[in-house]
Amino acid sequence: MLVADPTGAAAWRRFREELAAADRPGRARLLSVRADRLRANDIRMINRAGLGHVGGDMSVLDILTTLVFGVLAIDPERPDLPDRDRLVLSKGHSAGALYATLAAAGFFAEAELDTFAQPLSALNGHPNRVKVPGVETNTGPLGHGLPVAVGMAVAGVLAGSARRVFVVLGDGELQEGSNWEAAMTAGHRKLGNLTAIVDRNRLQQGARTEDTVTLEPLADKWAAFGWNVIELDGHDHLALYEALGTRYPLPTCVIARTVKGKGISFMEDRVEWHHKVPSGEQVATALHELEEQQV
Amino acid sequence: MSTTVRTPETHDCRVAFADELIALAERDERIVAVCNDSVGSSNLVAFRDRFPDRLINVGIAEQDMVGVGAGLALSGYVPFVCGAAPFLTGRALEQIKADVAYGQAPVVLCGMSPGLAYGELGPTHHSIEDLSWLRAVAGLGVVVPADPEQTREAVRWAASAATPVFLRVGRFRVPSVTPPGTRFEFGVAQELRPGDDVSIVAIGSTVSRALSAAELLAVRGIQARVINMATVAPLDEECVRRAAGQTRGIVTVEEATITGGLGAAVGEVNLRQARPVPMRMLGSRREFAPTGDTAYLLEHFGLTAGHIAAAAAELA
Repeated sequence: MLVADPTGAAAWRRFREELAAADRPGRARLLSVRADRLRANDIRMINRAGLGHVGGDMSVLDILTTLVFGVLAIDPERPDLPDRDRLVLSKGHSAGALYATLAAAGFFAEAELDTFAQPLSALNGHPNRVKVPGVETNTGPLGHGLPVAVGMAVAGVLAGSARRVFVVLGDGELQEGSNWEAAMTAGHRKLGNLTAIVDRNRLQQGARTEDTVTLEPLADKWAAFGWNVIELDGHDHLALYEALGTRYPLPTCVIARTVKGKGISFMEDRVEWHHKVPSGEQVATALHELEEQQV
Repeated sequence: MSTTVRTPETHDCRVAFADELIALAERDERIVAVCNDSVGSSNLVAFRDRFPDRLINVGIAEQDMVGVGAGLALSGYVPFVCGAAPFLTGRALEQIKADVAYGQAPVVLCGMSPGLAYGELGPTHHSIEDLSWLRAVAGLGVVVPADPEQTREAVRWAASAATPVFLRVGRFRVPSVTPPGTRFEFGVAQELRPGDDVSIVAIGSTVSRALSAAELLAVRGIQARVINMATVAPLDEECVRRAAGQTRGIVTVEEATITGGLGAAVGEVNLRQARPVPMRMLGSRREFAPTGDTAYLLEHFGLTAGHIAAAAAELA
């Protein structure tokens, strides 16, 4: 099991304080800069490892950044606190994005990112809770995160705890029936402490979701299962921060409209960047573009 | 002159299971039950009435059921996840592998009415593959109690084991075979009868049959060692090594397919010995059962005392 990095955790704490004190434009700016820095770390990591799922990592990073750096009641130095909020990354193939985020928050040292996918590294191609602090359940096979998150939400109700459970779902993985089993359970039990965020980038491994198996009308589907539904721009940090920071009486599904490969011109909305590995030259271009965006 | 036939009293192990679960839940608030609409068939009616908030019925949704169990376990609860064994293990196998075993979520998976218990309902409802596929999953204990006493003990152990485990809870009525006062020890076999000619390794419903077989063999002057291998994974390898070293052959008996279950587990250890002994593996053999009640099917697959004795005699 990796251990916390006190320096990183202190920086994360300072960021949280700064974010809380900032006005709305300032808050958006802080989260945007942070997310793009994580994008850069993730792209470098994938290039070094020679594997990863860069397209989905880029689409989900604004969501993960907003949760870990803005919303979740957590302490990176005490990842086992019973009343911490839970973050489940159901789309476990975006492990790179999760690792980059957790490392920046001080759950473990950022230097560990260099070991991603190397022999015996704690940082496997899919996240393992036994080895990586901040990972709440092992994911990788699709359609697993939501049922586990429902169990965590039921546990929160039983324990009378105010803690919340957030689960990040890929849109393609909604083709797995287990999600809808769990959606029924959460709707039936009115689990207001549960929020699912769908990274709606509209692409799956082989093609567009709507050319594979139609997901739309997606909001209607969740509503029909008894969920509160919010649709927003998944790259709008302020919209994410405010929607995710609010408590609701019902389980809530945030359908976050995203762009696969977001932030990198040659990756955006292109199906081949699901798990293609950027070359050194492409990494340089990508890092340059990310910097330009923040000028 | 009349003949009195004495039939031993038999039991449905689900009764002991539910009684013990309720007794434990009275003392330990962390214990919850999760089920797939199987409140009745998992014998959880009394648990529900006593602890309505602590029975989480997810409906007919096994993948969700196991995931929910993992979420509860990872939040500090001790979930007993109950469903008919074929659906729990077949439908949710990947959740058992990834969420429970790989994630080290201390869930107690309770496979109710396993093996051929559903008799005439047919192969869709039989759970004869469970031991094979669960034994292949790393980090998952596989426990098959033989009678109500051992079921009770195993439930008590599982509640505080803090490790992922599959508990096979029998429905087909069995006589008591566990000597009074015997504790369940995870991973440790029980030698129920000494013998140095041949060994019979049995689990669950077949243990009482193995004991009866040993009596038939004794009449013929053959001393059979009878072993209750209640923990199929991890296996008590030392017990198998002793059987291979001290007796002339090993018979394994399971209400399951022999492709990967108890027989295969014992065989793997036996084959690693310098001088492996001959074996007979009794169970079904990649064959879907014909129509028939459980007793008939146990006979069909050669799982009676007579069949066991005949197989053992060939090796003694």
